[in-house]
Amino acid sequence: MSDEFVLDDVVEAGDGWIGEIPAGTLLRITDLHGNQAVDTLLYDAHDYANRYSAMDTIREQGAVYLTTGSVLLTVNGDALATIVDDTCGRHDTLGGACSQESNVVRYGQHTRYQHSCRSTFVRKAKEWGRGLEKRDIASNINFFMNVPLTADGGLTFEDGVSAPGKYVELRAERDLLLLISNCPQLNNPCNGYDPTPIQLTGRRP
Amino acid sequence: MTAYTIEIPGGAAESQRVRRHQTLTLRALGADPNVAMLIYALDDPTERLNVPDTLKAQMSARIKPPMTLMSDMGRALATVTDSSLDWHDAITGHSLPAQVEAKYGSSSYAADRNAWRRSARQGLLDELWKHDLGARDLHANINFFAKVAASGDERGTLTYVPGHAAERDFVTLRMEIDVLVVLSTAPHPLDPSEVWHPAGVLLEVAQASAPGPEDPARHWRAETSRSLELAERSYA
Repeated sequence: MSDEFVLDDVVEAGDGWIGEIPAGTLLRITDLHGNQAVDTLLYDAHDYANRYSAMDTIREQGAVYLTTGSVLLTVNGDALATIVDDTCGRHDTLGGACSQESNVVRYGQHTRYQHSCRSTFVRKAKEWGRGLEKRDIASNINFFMNVPLTADGGLTFEDGVSAPGKYVELRAERDLLLLISNCPQLNNPCNGYDPTPIQLTGRRP
Repeated sequence: MTAYTIEIPGGAAESQRVRRHQTLTLRALGADPNVAMLIYALDDPTERLNVPDTLKAQMSARIKPPMTLMSDMGRALATVTDSSLDWHDAITGHSLPAQVEAKYGSSSYAADRNAWRRSARQGLLDELWKHDLGARDLHANINFFAKVAASGDERGTLTYVPGHAAERDFVTLRMEIDVLVVLSTAPHPLDPSEVWHPAGVLLEVAQASAPGPEDPARHWRAETSRSLELAERSYA
């Protein structure tokens, strides 16, 4: 039986994506040009309050980074998706998303009007409607982003471990709402100082 | 000068409005205490503690003095002005009802009266409800008194450190804006003890003064200082 493709979209640098992903779908996110952070939020498609929780996911897997075998959990401990393939090797879920406000704190007032992930989340959430509000934007995943946590509790954003064509593949364990910001951050190495497009591919085996 | 003191038993939940430039001190009353804390701006609870922003801006995965606790709007909600501990966890969340039942056995008011075992989630949601907030308002919490350290390996394997905090350990926060603090004293979800004996804490609220020019939070990291300035700007 051949795979039926349900999704094949390129998301430009600084753009986003929102939509439903049916249970059982294999969703592949490809870092087309390398070193591109993909800020990702997941929700139970039938109950947005049952959303991705970075801290529950970290605690239950007993490790900070996400890679093959990581089960992405909701705030209620339900499995949203499992990472079934990963050619990058590790992904961050501690660093959150950039916003205009956090850019001011981190880099100064001159960055206040630069594009940011939260702006993309806001735009896409408004476009989607259906009751999605500010308080539904919780801590996210940063696919392809490298935020090493050291034994003494240090945390820094470093050069990506990703490269052109690296991908991560998720299996949806329930019907999902997927919200992505293809990160426009220019002030740290998370996008190699040059944000680039990504590809989303979905198929149901 | 202490404005008021509350003794909170282990396994309980509490919520308090604390005003700008008041301090909130938590003092452990036993071994291995844990205080899971959520913080909201009183004037607009959609503005709330943002743990990832707090950690990445100050390049620390542990909460310690003189870090500020930052909101999603960049404002310092509070400054960690003092603590007997240099590590408070903020990356492993809080206990869920099913986990508490699986670990410690089922419990009910009918069987155990007020010693019944309730998860941090249950307590936090009960307190949030009283302020017209709910499950969608949960955010990544801080676990004061807990240490969960990474081993530095390829996966970032985490280990809970038993015995990190003991009776008389403390932490003091100075609020930089008016906030709503919601907390639970249920055990940390990774506490390996299979016996339910959560330590209580003493919560003290006191009047303090505004951070002066020599305040350590202004001279640690530029990011910390900027978050204080953003908080101050909103009262200018």
